[in-house]
Amino acid sequence: MVTINFDSELRRAGAQATHGWRKYIFLARRHVLGTAGLVIMAVFVLTALFADLISNYDPLTVDSAHALARPSAQHWMGTDSFGRDVWARIIHGARISLAVGIGSTTLGGIIGVIVGLTSGYLSGWVDLVFQRVTDVLQALPLLVLALVMTAALGPSLPNVIIAIAIPLIPVVSRVIRANTLALREQPFVEAAKSIGMSEMRIALRHVLPNTLAPLIVLATAQLGSTILTEASLSFLGLGIPEPYPSWGRMLSESAAEYVRTAPWLVIFPGIAISLAVFGTNLFGDALRDILDPRQRG
Amino acid sequence: MFGYIVRRLGLMVVTLFGISVVIFFLLRIVPGNIVDILFDAAGFVDPADKANLERELGIDQPLVLQYLHWINGLLHGDLGYSYVSEKPALQEILPRIPITARLAAFALLFSASIGIPLGVLSAVNQGSKLDYVLRVVSLSGLSLPSFWLGLLILMAGVAMFGSIPIFNPNPQTFGEMFSTWCLPSLAVAFRSSALTMRITRSSMLEVLRQDYIRTARAKGASEPSVNFHHALKNAILPVITVVGIEAAFLIGGLIVTETVFNIPGVARFLVEAIRWRDYPIVQNLVMLIAVVVVTANFIVDMLYAVFDPRIRYTD
Repeated sequence: MVTINFDSELRRAGAQATHGWRKYIFLARRHVLGTAGLVIMAVFVLTALFADLISNYDPLTVDSAHALARPSAQHWMGTDSFGRDVWARIIHGARISLAVGIGSTTLGGIIGVIVGLTSGYLSGWVDLVFQRVTDVLQALPLLVLALVMTAALGPSLPNVIIAIAIPLIPVVSRVIRANTLALREQPFVEAAKSIGMSEMRIALRHVLPNTLAPLIVLATAQLGSTILTEASLSFLGLGIPEPYPSWGRMLSESAAEYVRTAPWLVIFPGIAISLAVFGTNLFGDALRDILDPRQRG
Repeated sequence: MFGYIVRRLGLMVVTLFGISVVIFFLLRIVPGNIVDILFDAAGFVDPADKANLERELGIDQPLVLQYLHWINGLLHGDLGYSYVSEKPALQEILPRIPITARLAAFALLFSASIGIPLGVLSAVNQGSKLDYVLRVVSLSGLSLPSFWLGLLILMAGVAMFGSIPIFNPNPQTFGEMFSTWCLPSLAVAFRSSALTMRITRSSMLEVLRQDYIRTARAKGASEPSVNFHHALKNAILPVITVVGIEAAFLIGGLIVTETVFNIPGVARFLVEAIRWRDYPIVQNLVMLIAVVVVTANFIVDMLYAVFDPRIRYTD
């Protein structure tokens, strides 16, 4: 005879955790890795916001007397070839990574949603044209397109954001378009039509909100790759220009020389990039499991 | 099927045409051309010389004409001349292709041979500690920048052998071959093997829930037979897509890795050409990459029909 403790089974399935803080605690317990990712992301955002309070050195001040100093009590992560404090530069670098990550994901996301929604909702020749443009943008790897874009626009923070946002547009618009096409056939859209609602209003009020979950999942998943792309661009010397402390720039080509003489210049910025991206990836995975269970892996 | 292939090929041409337009005009919206750069570096120079040089390079003509000239040359196998070395672009690009292609092939090999078995292992042991560890490792693979991984490998080289491995186009010993080809491709492959592993895992999980897997178990098939013969065979299709598309997209990782390891392949050459505003090289290299991506997509689509008899492309 098997006895089932209904109470504990229901608690395990989260039956009581339907709203408020209980729901979040339940989700946090169930998705430990995702929670870890959220914590990393929070630390990352707080670091970017309070960079001036956290670091006691200015990230741009050159101090040639103390160039290439080893990590010590004064300079926790050592100094670079200009004598700038590496810890201060990493802390301030979070701002750039965050600005590029959020900036390009938002920009690419908004344009992608507009393109995808129009394309899926209007269909016909508009869809055809958008689809072909999407094909063109998707035929080039993210980094290659971003490289050519920054080369064309010139290295600066807004240009890097634009250069990374544009390759994101087709990724977002594809998903939104597919979703819109499926939603268009749903009975609730038909119902809205039958009561005489305008196409525009149906698209914005009924179709768009239903594509939000996959959009959030996609945006979080892309956040990590935008941070990585900025790091790669800056590493190649075509992203954020000197003297701004971008993590990728700190690792730029001269790093190969420092591998031998000043390993701290290589190790710490790399850890910063990896941790930030790892956090967003962990969180993105958990978010996908929660919001889009069909994709659960 | 034939009609479908013809239509697909037609679309490929349209896409490539679109890319050629985008790249050509994108590279020219930036103010200042190679002549400006050269003359800036030289200080004051006679404007007549400048005009002469512009005429010689053909950049005094209207953009549309320049574009048509390029496409016409491209179709006839003439890629123009590099602004920097003044050699034919084809001569500059061709010898670098095998280097990058070989690195990509190694990377793909590593990515599939590491990613697929680990993905199966992870799926079969879903929810176990091993699954947890493998998932975290694969996520870290997607998080580490490949140039940093390359730098860490260089660092390990310094710690173990006291020197940085130097690119040697004709490795003699196994050790030289390993440091020339395998180390850089491992740095590139870490990311794509993580991706392969994730796709294999989720695809396997989907298949393992199917009824025919239970049937196979019920009739007494061994675990390896169920996992590899029955399940993986059916789970492999999405994996092929990812590996196929990754094959073309590896170029992103190769760009930074060739730079870190100082490998004279096409990927690093693209970055150098962009820095020098060597348009003929940049636009031809980007077209080359686009052709590879578009072809890889096409091959993946065709492989679908081969691997899954249920898929038949109709007209």
